Amino acid sequence: MSSELLTIDNLSVAYDGQVVVRDVTLELAEGQVLAVLGPSGCGKSTLLRAIAGLEPLQSGRILLDGRDLSATPTHKRGFALMFQDGQLFEHQSVARNVGYALRIRRRPRAETARRVQELLELVNLTGYADRSPSTLSGGERQRVALARALAVSPRLLLLDEPLSALDANLREHLGGELREIMGRAGTTALMVTHDHDEAFAVADRMALMRTGRLVQTGELADVWQHPVDAEAARFLGYAAVLTGGPAELIWQAAGSTSYAEVALRRSALRLDGHGSLHGLVVGARATPELWRLRVRIDGLPELDAVAPLDLAAPAPGSQIRLAVDPTRLARVGPGPAAI
Amino acid sequence: MPTVTTGSTTGRTSSRSEPALSTTRRWGTLAGLAIGPVLVLSVFFLLPVGGMLARGFWPHGRFDLGGALETLARPRVHRVVWFTLWSSTVATVVTVLLGVPTAYVLHRLRFPGAALLRSAMLVPFVLPTVVVGVAFLQLIAAGGPLGGLHLEATPTAIIAALVFFNVAVVVRAVGSSWDAVDPRPGQAAAALGAGPLRVFWTVTLPTLRPAIVAAASVVFLFCATAFGIVLMLGQLRYATVETEIYQRTTRLLDLPGAAALSILQLLTVTALLLLAQRTGASRISSSGTTTPPRRPRRTDVPAVAVTALVLALLALPLGSLVLASVRDGDRWTLANYRLLTSTGGKNALLVPVTEALANSLRTAVDATWMALLLGLMVSIVVTRRSHGRAERRVKAGLDGFFMLPLGVSAVTLGFGFLITLDRPPLALRDSPLLVPIAQALVALPLVVRTIAPALAGIDDRLRQAAASLGAAPWRAALTVDLPVVIRPLLAAAGFAFATSLGEFGATSFLARDEHPTVPIVIYRLISHPGEHNYGMALAAAVVLAVATALVMLVVDRLRTARVGAW
Repeated sequence: MSSELLTIDNLSVAYDGQVVVRDVTLELAEGQVLAVLGPSGCGKSTLLRAIAGLEPLQSGRILLDGRDLSATPTHKRGFALMFQDGQLFEHQSVARNVGYALRIRRRPRAETARRVQELLELVNLTGYADRSPSTLSGGERQRVALARALAVSPRLLLLDEPLSALDANLREHLGGELREIMGRAGTTALMVTHDHDEAFAVADRMALMRTGRLVQTGELADVWQHPVDAEAARFLGYAAVLTGGPAELIWQAAGSTSYAEVALRRSALRLDGHGSLHGLVVGARATPELWRLRVRIDGLPELDAVAPLDLAAPAPGSQIRLAVDPTRLARVGPGPAAI
Repeated sequence: MPTVTTGSTTGRTSSRSEPALSTTRRWGTLAGLAIGPVLVLSVFFLLPVGGMLARGFWPHGRFDLGGALETLARPRVHRVVWFTLWSSTVATVVTVLLGVPTAYVLHRLRFPGAALLRSAMLVPFVLPTVVVGVAFLQLIAAGGPLGGLHLEATPTAIIAALVFFNVAVVVRAVGSSWDAVDPRPGQAAAALGAGPLRVFWTVTLPTLRPAIVAAASVVFLFCATAFGIVLMLGQLRYATVETEIYQRTTRLLDLPGAAALSILQLLTVTALLLLAQRTGASRISSSGTTTPPRRPRRTDVPAVAVTALVLALLALPLGSLVLASVRDGDRWTLANYRLLTSTGGKNALLVPVTEALANSLRTAVDATWMALLLGLMVSIVVTRRSHGRAERRVKAGLDGFFMLPLGVSAVTLGFGFLITLDRPPLALRDSPLLVPIAQALVALPLVVRTIAPALAGIDDRLRQAAASLGAAPWRAALTVDLPVVIRPLLAAAGFAFATSLGEFGATSFLARDEHPTVPIVIYRLISHPGEHNYGMALAAAVVLAVATALVMLVVDRLRTARVGAW
């Protein structure tokens, strides 16, 4: 595969004889952003650190443009690392932080100054050049860290939960910005995160990781619509996974071909006067956008459902009809699209 | 060379592409960093202590515990050990009783001059022991300000001087913990109806107990290993294990006996250190929420009274030392200071005091760079993030090894040097570097305690971020570590310099009569009655105190709020 920028071939990393990353094989093309998504302790950060050259490999290879990196120390790999809390150099101004990699490469002073200016503009921090990192907010710090990482156009940007330290609003906002900025700069990036929202906000492709192994890799939408197993589906935010009879019931109600397993988002069942399912409301809660219900349907476990806010509150104990929204379902299992 | 064990059960023979390279490099770096300190400590620490053990247990070339046991069985030794224990215990209790209220007043109450008093409190702790010894001697001497109390050569004088020395330790340690105490549990107790005193007894004091116990064990350790103070104030009537080692070596030439006592001291100190470490382990976890100091209230009167008493007790010996040094009968005079260019009455000294001062400064410069270099290397090794169990184990071993000098009193070290470094290939008896080396080892624990916490506080990912941006390891250290470490490093230099200036325990064994340092000269002047000798000792003590205080003042300027473990 010559078009791939980064090739990870059967990589294993061990701590104290405990294998933390096991036989990971992964490819990343120029300009792509890949999110490695997994619960904490699954080995994703170790994988990232191994790619950065910070962990000794137990076996396997990491290739950049087909060249083996095992003998290249971190500082000569031409990558950039961005951590969740920025890790800015507190003793240097914002501009000096951003220009750090340029100074290391002995770029002319005027060029450095111009590039720093450009980068600060890129991350919407024009005018922050002389500020001290300690005066910045969390979001601003992350944007400085991003500008610093992008300064010399790294071959590969490695992001370790870049948005996790921020609050929900800022996370969503900065996630969009991050994606746009990296797109404009044509950056190839590998991000690890435990938060699927963060992955969706930033990445094109996704790899699910569990206990040291990659369980599924693919385009964002493919992974999203075809989680490889029930655990993957739950990790992607699906509220329930059904098999056998119940799964068939849901597929039929959605007017679709039946598959062995189905994953439902919380909004998969919708209150609908013409719906084919009859359910008993056991709980109702208003949210800013819709009613969130808990319903009991014959032959199914208790499930989530939604109703538009403009309808009267479906009182607990009342019988309602429900329809299934096929776009809110996912087929679970290793299918052709999931490979 | 430990290798990472293969835990993979896949059975796949994947290409083992030089995984060893990076591991080898890590071990290489660790070895490179550790080899220097390990060698230095082996030659200048293990060898002397080992030589001392050999002297005690292999007196005639074969293993014989008899001599050592016989020494330890003597009634005089029992008296000495008993005196060491009870005087240290009493001094520790008094220090804590005075120190805790003082810590409260100086750290938790707001009044003009509080910061100044907090700095002034530190002065006694950093003063050379001989200066404190001389100050107390003239205070309680027959014609001195407290002559009427007849305290000469009494345990009371020794204990008073020990308290004088150590009260700062308690104030500092307990005070800074008190600053970090989370006020919310106390507020919760108050909301439930507890009065201020009850809040103190039921909430604040239990929170502070680890800090108090830790400070008390450190104080006990300092008291039990005090040397100069006991030697000068106890004269020949009262001896502790430390002074007894000295007396046996220099006066009685009983080296096996001295060796037996040194071993006893080594074991005791190590046990105390382990105890102090264990009790100090449970530190107060700062919640970040703290209350600022408040104005004094009527209920604070007892604590304020204790503080005033402590401050007066601290000021008295020093003030009276300075006064006495410029008095001759009823006249004001600088004669004592002018005499510092002489060799004293009845030629008590071989060289004038001014020359000893020059010696002291030269020695201090050498001791400082040695202690810094060694301390920096040790700090880097002990704070380095270890990768893997094998490396962690090796590093834990190194940690323990590097902390060994903490467990050895200066007198033991000096004695060990004396008996082992006197024949080829290490015939260093006449080397001008012998004294600085010993002093550097005495200062080493303090240097490491100042630098290592700053290094340990650096997030390793900061170095990784620098490396990923293209910084070679030295460049990453320059960017990340240096700005954080530079001030502690300078502070440590000050500590090492001041320690060397005042060092008496080890130096008293090692300094040649024709190359004495100021503390040695002061002790000689005090113990050689002769015309003017006493006055010269007072003047020399003032000069030494001023020199030390100047160095510490610079250190205090450099000290950011939280430099080091002190």
